[in-house]
Amino acid sequence: MADIAIAPRRAKTEIREATAWDQLRYNKNWLGFWFMVPAMAFLIFFLAYPLGLGVWLSFTDTRIGRVGEFVGTENYQWLWDDSIFWLSVFNTLLYTSIASAFKFGIGLYLALLLNENMPFKAMLRALVLIPFIVPTVLSALAFWWIFDSQFSIISWSLKHLGLITQNINFLGDTTWARICVIFANIWRGVPFVAITLLAGLQTVQPSLYEAATLDGASRWQMFRHITYPLLTPIIAVVMTFSVLFTFTDFQLIWAMTRGGPVNATHLMATLSYQRAIIAGQLGEGAAISSAMIPFLLAAIMVSWFGLQRRKWQQGENND
Amino acid sequence: MTDLPTLKVDLKTILSTPAKVDNSEGMSYLQSVPRRLVTLYLPLSIIVIILLFPFYWMGLTAIKPDDQLIDLDKFNPFWTWNPTFKHIHKLLFESYYPHWLWNTMYVAVAATVLSIFASVLAAYAIVRLRYTGASLVGGLIFLAYLVPPSILFIPLATVVFQYGLFDSPMALILTYPTILIPFSTWLLMGYFKTIPFELEECALIDGASRWQILIKIVLPLAIPGLISAFIFCFTLCWNEFIYALTFLQSTQNKTVPVAIVNEFVDGDVYRWGSLMAGALAGSLPLVILYAFFVEHYVSAMTGAVKE
Repeated sequence: MADIAIAPRRAKTEIREATAWDQLRYNKNWLGFWFMVPAMAFLIFFLAYPLGLGVWLSFTDTRIGRVGEFVGTENYQWLWDDSIFWLSVFNTLLYTSIASAFKFGIGLYLALLLNENMPFKAMLRALVLIPFIVPTVLSALAFWWIFDSQFSIISWSLKHLGLITQNINFLGDTTWARICVIFANIWRGVPFVAITLLAGLQTVQPSLYEAATLDGASRWQMFRHITYPLLTPIIAVVMTFSVLFTFTDFQLIWAMTRGGPVNATHLMATLSYQRAIIAGQLGEGAAISSAMIPFLLAAIMVSWFGLQRRKWQQGENND
Repeated sequence: MTDLPTLKVDLKTILSTPAKVDNSEGMSYLQSVPRRLVTLYLPLSIIVIILLFPFYWMGLTAIKPDDQLIDLDKFNPFWTWNPTFKHIHKLLFESYYPHWLWNTMYVAVAATVLSIFASVLAAYAIVRLRYTGASLVGGLIFLAYLVPPSILFIPLATVVFQYGLFDSPMALILTYPTILIPFSTWLLMGYFKTIPFELEECALIDGASRWQILIKIVLPLAIPGLISAFIFCFTLCWNEFIYALTFLQSTQNKTVPVAIVNEFVDGDVYRWGSLMAGALAGSLPLVILYAFFVEHYVSAMTGAVKE
């Protein structure tokens, strides 16, 4: 009897209060915080802070080696009257819209082709992705050589086929230069679109096609009423990524034309590099890159709604 | 404790086997051979040839003698009968190329390791610790993925200058994770979600700390995801251009993509051979890596889009 009375009391004294140290070690929120520290440190110091700093810089007259003063919207007013800036905006929109449209069309077509049953399927898929693996600059150099004004293999082939008599000045003529950089961008982007859409295609159940065949649907009808609706959400996401990265493209242009001839291929990113780093006008360059933000926000909104719709279609509320 | 290892092996095989591939003929027997020839093989081969031609051209230019490169009338440009290793020799022994290759490798490996470390912790915390606001942080990290380097390079240049990192590999090692962490965190979150919660509960009851659970249970099960993230991050680092162009100045410190564009391009026709040899040599490590890990690569790429 005495034992029973004493035992609980002793046990009670042995339970100690959770100290602040225990809180830091075991509390869900503190533990989560510790786990997040490395990633957050990187993202805050090298992403969030520079993003804000960039917007701030665009309102100053900072140059390389000199701290700037706040000048209000002067940089933006200056850009508003700058015809080269507007040309670069036009180029960027042209480049993005044409390249994305072709990437989508060819990418979807290639995905549908790769989804068929055929020999060496796996190897073909692996080969198709190679342009995406190779560093953009290095393949851009290959294109630079292919589009050389004197020794272009394309000019040579067309001449030997008897289609043209003179070499085409691919990167020296404004229209041709635009076509060439857009082509190179499509070339690099198609594998990404094709392989990701292929992953989407593989989740479509074959029984749907079998049922449609029994109902007498044509191949186009099957594509239009089965494949396309089921792919829509993933298309939305893939194309947002594609549009985003085409819009902010820099390296392809820089390696092939550096914005020339007569600024015909200057995109907003290349122009901001030229103004900020080469000419040293950091404030003005920052204003050009900040001008890209509204376009990017629009693209992100589309992506967000694409994701929402996907969740809704799958009838899930998480993941 | 006795049945935990067997369960682990089972899960491992389940998680690492790719989704079931349907090897049956499907409905393709409904189409005749000539029709398939026109609607399938012809367009497919045209697209594949266009996609691969630049690499053939790169390789051919790298081994062609100079006189054949600039004389298209006497020699058929599509082939060469007397290949030379002069360009490659020049590249390897008369330029800083090995140095550049080493820089690129060093920066890519260091930045990737840092990012994977940070992402594993972050992804685990978001998916499994579920602290207050975890889903909001997950959403913010996805948004961070959408911020392109072309917007950030100007302010980052001033930041790098302030910290005294200009023209040092550290500048790249510390800035690349901003591109890599959002991507790999998002990818790893998807992998961690597939690991059954019950395993962790067992371990918690046995007295394991969160750190032990992460190291001994979650990570071994997420190895395919880790490999995917690692390879994709490594490729992104290797491919990165604008930061390396902006933050590095001296010839010796450059990475391969920047160095090739700046050091070999001077309008001299005789440089084409070395230029293409350099482009080829800069691409090969990635292509070899890719050849060994195609499946992981594809799952990384599609995983990032699907999640």
